[in-house]
Amino acid sequence: MHTATPTASPSSAHPHSHSSHDEEALGFWRSYIFSTDHKVIGVQYGLTSLSFLLFGFFLMVIMRWQIAHPNQPVPVVGPLLERVLGSVASRGAISSDLYNSFGAMHGTIMVFLAIVPLAFGAFGNYLVPLQIGAPDMAFPRINMASYQFYVVGGLIMFVSFFIPGGAAQAGWTSYPPLSVIIQTDGQVFWLVGMIFLITSSLLGAVNFIATVIQLRAPGMTWMRLPFFVWAQFVTGFLLLLAFPPLEAAGVMQLMDKVAHTSFFLPTGLAVEGVAGHVSGGGSPLLWQHLFWFLAHPEVYVLILPAMGIVAEIIANNTRKPLWGYRSLVYAALSIGFLSFIVWAHHMYMTGMGTKISTFFQTTTMLISIPSVIILTCLLVSLWGGSIRFNTPMLFVMAFLPMFGLGGLTGLPLGLSYADLHLHDTYYVIAHFHYIVAPGTIFAIFAGLYYWYPKVTGRMMNEFWGKVHFWGSFIFMNLIFQPMFAQGMAGMLRRMADGGANYSQARTPEAIGGLAPVILSLHTYILWAAVGLGLVQVPFIINFFWSIRHGRSAGSDNPWQSTTLEWQTPTPPPHGNFAHPPTVFRGPYEYSAPGHATDFTPQNQPN
Amino acid sequence: MDIPYTVQPRPDTGLYNAKVGVWLFLASEVMLFGALFSAYILLRVGSAEALWPHGWLNIPIGTVNTLVLITSSITTVMAWASCKMNQFGRFKFFHACTILLALTFVCIKSYEYHDKFTHYEITLTDGRIADGHLVSQEADRVVIHGRFVTDRKELFDLRAAGASHAREEISLERAQIKTMENYGPWHHTYLAIYFTLTGLHALHVLGGALVIGFLWGPGSKLWRRDPERFTNRVEISGLFWHFVDLVWIFLFPVLYLL
Amino acid sequence: MKSEHASETPEQFARHVRRYLFVFYALLFGTLVTVGASYIPFGNREVNIGVALLIAVSKASLVACYFMHLMSERKMIYGILAFTGIFALGLMCLTIASFSDLPRFTVTH
Repeated sequence: MHTATPTASPSSAHPHSHSSHDEEALGFWRSYIFSTDHKVIGVQYGLTSLSFLLFGFFLMVIMRWQIAHPNQPVPVVGPLLERVLGSVASRGAISSDLYNSFGAMHGTIMVFLAIVPLAFGAFGNYLVPLQIGAPDMAFPRINMASYQFYVVGGLIMFVSFFIPGGAAQAGWTSYPPLSVIIQTDGQVFWLVGMIFLITSSLLGAVNFIATVIQLRAPGMTWMRLPFFVWAQFVTGFLLLLAFPPLEAAGVMQLMDKVAHTSFFLPTGLAVEGVAGHVSGGGSPLLWQHLFWFLAHPEVYVLILPAMGIVAEIIANNTRKPLWGYRSLVYAALSIGFLSFIVWAHHMYMTGMGTKISTFFQTTTMLISIPSVIILTCLLVSLWGGSIRFNTPMLFVMAFLPMFGLGGLTGLPLGLSYADLHLHDTYYVIAHFHYIVAPGTIFAIFAGLYYWYPKVTGRMMNEFWGKVHFWGSFIFMNLIFQPMFAQGMAGMLRRMADGGANYSQARTPEAIGGLAPVILSLHTYILWAAVGLGLVQVPFIINFFWSIRHGRSAGSDNPWQSTTLEWQTPTPPPHGNFAHPPTVFRGPYEYSAPGHATDFTPQNQPN
Repeated sequence: MDIPYTVQPRPDTGLYNAKVGVWLFLASEVMLFGALFSAYILLRVGSAEALWPHGWLNIPIGTVNTLVLITSSITTVMAWASCKMNQFGRFKFFHACTILLALTFVCIKSYEYHDKFTHYEITLTDGRIADGHLVSQEADRVVIHGRFVTDRKELFDLRAAGASHAREEISLERAQIKTMENYGPWHHTYLAIYFTLTGLHALHVLGGALVIGFLWGPGSKLWRRDPERFTNRVEISGLFWHFVDLVWIFLFPVLYLL
Repeated sequence: MKSEHASETPEQFARHVRRYLFVFYALLFGTLVTVGASYIPFGNREVNIGVALLIAVSKASLVACYFMHLMSERKMIYGILAFTGIFALGLMCLTIASFSDLPRFTVTH
């Protein structure tokens, strides 16, 4: 019986004709909609998640308007909001309930529907099999299923805005009892949507890990893997082992809402002065533990693929190997392990004793070490390089100090004493947005510009790329930098009136009221947010226009890169490689002495 | 280029792809049930000892169900062994047993659920509590087969040495009844975690039975084309099935006996 | 497919079957023991819990080692399961610890 062996199979003699023959044979639906090809699935993830990224951005801009101008009708989109959403947006102004649902959904959408599907689903799916020299993921049909679960989960989340009562309102963290006792169904949609999204991630994680273990090409040893693959591999383990407890918690909260159980509802719970008809005996803190057990590794899911992208682009645009490859690998593995035992640093204010708080504080401080190691290796990699300042490299170079700032501002939050003052303030928002926005999102932008010619055969426009970069860089800093000051002044998160209730103007005799200068920052942040949105317009146009009209890439390897994804035709055909490539060297053989060119691809024999 | 190592193991890992995949999946399932068991521990430790139920589940029935699943585990491994020994007929026999045992398990579980949903705790206007199984209910009266207690705590430890097991037919006027609630997941966090854990487990039993049923039926055509690949599929589905049995090995004592 | 079975003839495989049957009998026995032990009044409830969990872990190990062939599995699988075990235990123990380690002084006025 013929079984798959790594020799040439007769049907793939010429890659291009194999691919077009395949697509003609498969038809439109099987080629583009119900495809099991990892590259098609990667593009599907990419386009869907970019759409959610934009939608989440819109939610934020409207929220910033409400914060800067509480209860005033939103310009331009106010009437539309009223027509679509009804009384919660009466007069075109954002009511508190609507603000809360925008806030909860902005977080949920950005984390679960935009960033993770982009960084892991899109980039991971497209590039990992190519970079390890494999024909596809280990389980292509499961790959297709994971995308489909993602779409269904995303649709459920999106649709929840339009049901009576609107979307979930209790934050992306969905803390009970609040999330359970709110009478509307938005939370039920959130929980069901999350179950679909978690299933999608679990299926994807199984695929990624099995693929990297089993399908590396001959000669591709573990220590010859591009750091991008290592980062995705560790991310896969984080998703695999950290998501199930949240799925369990989600089922329990769903039971609380629908079957009136009391997993998270304490005995004696009263709502608006009336004792609830619940059995009691539950624990709100149980939810928090199970939620943060996932949500902390989740933030490393957000950053590790970004670090992978940054590493690839730095090596390529400095024309020299990455400094400290082994350190990078061991640091990534350490981050992966430690991320499972730090979660309660999100819970310092829940009344835990000093012993257990100290445990979590210690592990939290420890995990900053491998993060710094990775940043240091990436920074030192620049030293002595022949740096090419193209658009991807600009985004990547900005990533380094921005991630550094975001990471460093996490340290006071990780120390339980300082966190007493800073917990749940805008300082926290500034910290994590610095890591995700001019951090991960910049890495994603860099990756889009960088791998665009491999997917499309064309380059994105450099001038507008630089406009996109400088605009985004400046405006992101203008948005988030003031939030550190606001947080340290004591402004809390999730306040629909932008803190007006706690202002010195309202209660001058109170101690610690918010000063006018702190509140005035809202206006600048709003304008910066609008500016950030405007500067994405040339990017969106560039992205679609260049598919047909961009400058031709000129070759299959326009960046002159060493890694395997660039050693295929453009775009890579179904099956990627005619024969499995053999790998002879490490991933970053740039400017190696004794070679005619300043780069030596991994599969080049000599 | 075809995907390698779908049947032949990769030399350095010694594994074929699906085996890596299923163990990764089982690892995630360990975390899922681990989180639910953690929730059980926390809820029980957080409850007053006198208010945590004992003996609310029928132990003989639970024991039978445990034996049913254990038997299905041996038939599963024998089904795989039959494939390895080239005995397709015996494979068919053993997995037919597995599927029947799985369905038996689910039927017994459904009976147990029904038993809980027809068991009522009724608080009366005179302060007494009537507790028992519903016999009949009409517009003006409710008839249960159960007993009266004065202190709610008497309903909790049914395994205690001096616990009374006398039950009689009790007829109650609706006017006497203050509240009436059946032993569903809403009734007590013990029942909530019981229904959630066993419900999720039962879904896994059904899912596993479906997969094994598919391999037994339409999927068995692969035996003729590629017996090695078919045997691997039997092994993979068997691994999932054994895991489901493993979970029950912990669920049974935790929920029924402790 | 595992290397120890790869080169075996169907006849040689039969000796594994005997092992499986033995495990089956052990599991049946273990079930009856665990039910019986739950009726023994040790006085301390913790002892009952300990005994039941000990028997459960033994039965689970039999299923895992023999039915799931973990006794002769590859290092890669052991590695995956070891980390899973560490994190599952971490979740359980740290969560319970955080509930029992409470601040020493609480305000009661």
